[in-house]
Amino acid sequence: MNKDFEILDHTADVGIIAYGADLSQAFANAARGLFSLITELDDVEEVTHRDIELTASDVESLLVEWLNELVYQFDTEGIIFKRFDIIQLNSTHLKARGYGEKVDSSKHELKTGVKAATYHMLKVDKNNGCRVQVLFDI
Amino acid sequence: MAAPWKGILKKIDDYRWEIPTSYKAGMSVPGLIFASESMLNHIWEEQVFQQVANVAFLPGIVDHSLAMPDIHWGYGFPIGGVAATRVKDGVVSPGGVGFDINCGVRLVRTNLTEEEVRPKIEQLVNELFINIPSGLGSEGKIRTSEKELGEVMIKGSRWAVEKGYGQAEDIIVTEESGCMKGANPDKVSSKAKKRGVPQLGTLGSGNHFVEVEVVDELYDREAARAMGIEDLGQVLILIHTGSRGFGHQICTDYVGLLGEAVKRYGISLPDRQLACAPINSPEGQDYLAAMACAANYAWTNRQFILHWARETFIKVFGKSQEELGMRQVYDVCHNIAKIEEYTIDGKKQTLCVHRKGATRAFPAGHPDIPEVYRDIGQPVLIPGDMGRFSYVALGTETAMKETFGSTCHGAGRAQSRAAAKRSQRGADVARALAARGITVKAGSMASLAEEASEAYKDVSEVVDITHKAGISRKVARTKPIGVIKG
Repeated sequence: MNKDFEILDHTADVGIIAYGADLSQAFANAARGLFSLITELDDVEEVTHRDIELTASDVESLLVEWLNELVYQFDTEGIIFKRFDIIQLNSTHLKARGYGEKVDSSKHELKTGVKAATYHMLKVDKNNGCRVQVLFDI
Repeated sequence: MAAPWKGILKKIDDYRWEIPTSYKAGMSVPGLIFASESMLNHIWEEQVFQQVANVAFLPGIVDHSLAMPDIHWGYGFPIGGVAATRVKDGVVSPGGVGFDINCGVRLVRTNLTEEEVRPKIEQLVNELFINIPSGLGSEGKIRTSEKELGEVMIKGSRWAVEKGYGQAEDIIVTEESGCMKGANPDKVSSKAKKRGVPQLGTLGSGNHFVEVEVVDELYDREAARAMGIEDLGQVLILIHTGSRGFGHQICTDYVGLLGEAVKRYGISLPDRQLACAPINSPEGQDYLAAMACAANYAWTNRQFILHWARETFIKVFGKSQEELGMRQVYDVCHNIAKIEEYTIDGKKQTLCVHRKGATRAFPAGHPDIPEVYRDIGQPVLIPGDMGRFSYVALGTETAMKETFGSTCHGAGRAQSRAAAKRSQRGADVARALAARGITVKAGSMASLAEEASEAYKDVSEVVDITHKAGISRKVARTKPIGVIKG
């Protein structure tokens, strides 16, 4: 089956398992998975973009920091991102551009509030294509 | 049916189950779960026991890694977990407090009866929903500058009262008097401040709510009276919210920072979300100073919401606050780490008590509880799900001896959010509640489905276990008649 991400069931919270041919794609799909929890991505247009650059001590931390940066942007600017260009990515450094639009309550139904990405059950698997797993606090 | 936990847990008595240190190499103390056998069958999830065991790895943990009967699988710490670490050589873990720092509950009494409120419940719920900013992405009516946010971080509830939101009496009956000492805004990131400014005075989304409820059962009339709860049918208001994005960002920041500290101090942990630092290290002290800022923000937040709830009742019932008798009963936090003193093996010890989805439950006579409750004990407020009951209880001596003065904080989830959404739709949940005489107004129908009664354990069973185990004792049971949710 060819899918970008799937939802991981957890009693209190919700996780995402994202796939990609490479790490960049898996990071982008994890981010799309995050925003799919917040609203229907089909209702979101690409009218604005933001650049994000991060460093972390290892690839797992980088994934958590990447998603937390997006949670922060959503919480402070109300931007729902639906597409990402990963410009640079290695185990400790990420440069990306996210495209989306600001929340408009007339067209976006907000579903789940995401407090943060956590380190619990965190996985980055780079064998046979990439698979990343992260649990959010909801 | 085979009970997989039977190979893991050692029965101490009907309500106490031990996870021996042999369960997982690296545990420095055993785990202790407060539950009944039937509940263990119901809540069985290997991950929960793993998480209780993982917490037992924390350096300096004393006695047991504890789990209250509303325990469920969280991230890092289980939800419903309590862990006390020695201040002199133990650690503090932001994951042991959680992202929603000082998420908590505030109870308000009124002179109104169910008969008086029922005919106006639709209007009341609608007006509460309009007056109290709620839902994902909502911004507060309070316009604060970053400088004022700095005052909120230091003063807590008092800041709101000084601005005219509520009165001094509210502060007296708030845990820590609504102000945790040691707060230092310099230890809070600019990101957290940016999230915090617009969200002050908002209810939020998820399981946060304001509930209009009716006293349904009284177990201890005398204690209830001391709290202003006089009779069956009396209307109360329950407020549940926390420190919003401000607290979330502080936790995010410090889980990252302490993740690095773990390496520097050579601490070995089974789960990175348990990131921690020695309490007496600069990193540990910085976290506690930032956590106190979030705790104070949360108390200020609940203070605003209390004020708007009063305002709404005054408008809908056309009576003054005095005539309505809208006095705050108490306010408790259920996600916090606190420095407290306990006697262990006859020796006084200063401990950092992490309560992650657990309520402080101090007994009568404890100096940290307000004088008005010194004779009965500290009120414990336990919200259930929106379709069933909530409880008012009291702290006990047993809690002081066995659970570092802690008890449960709610029903605890039994069903995942995704499963809840699969099995019921928001609109159906609203209809089912209406059929049970409960009016609900929610910002999002999806969030309503996630919070359906069926997604939760039966709070009555949870509270009964704490009562029978003696770690808190029941005073009153309430049932909701109107709820606003984010």
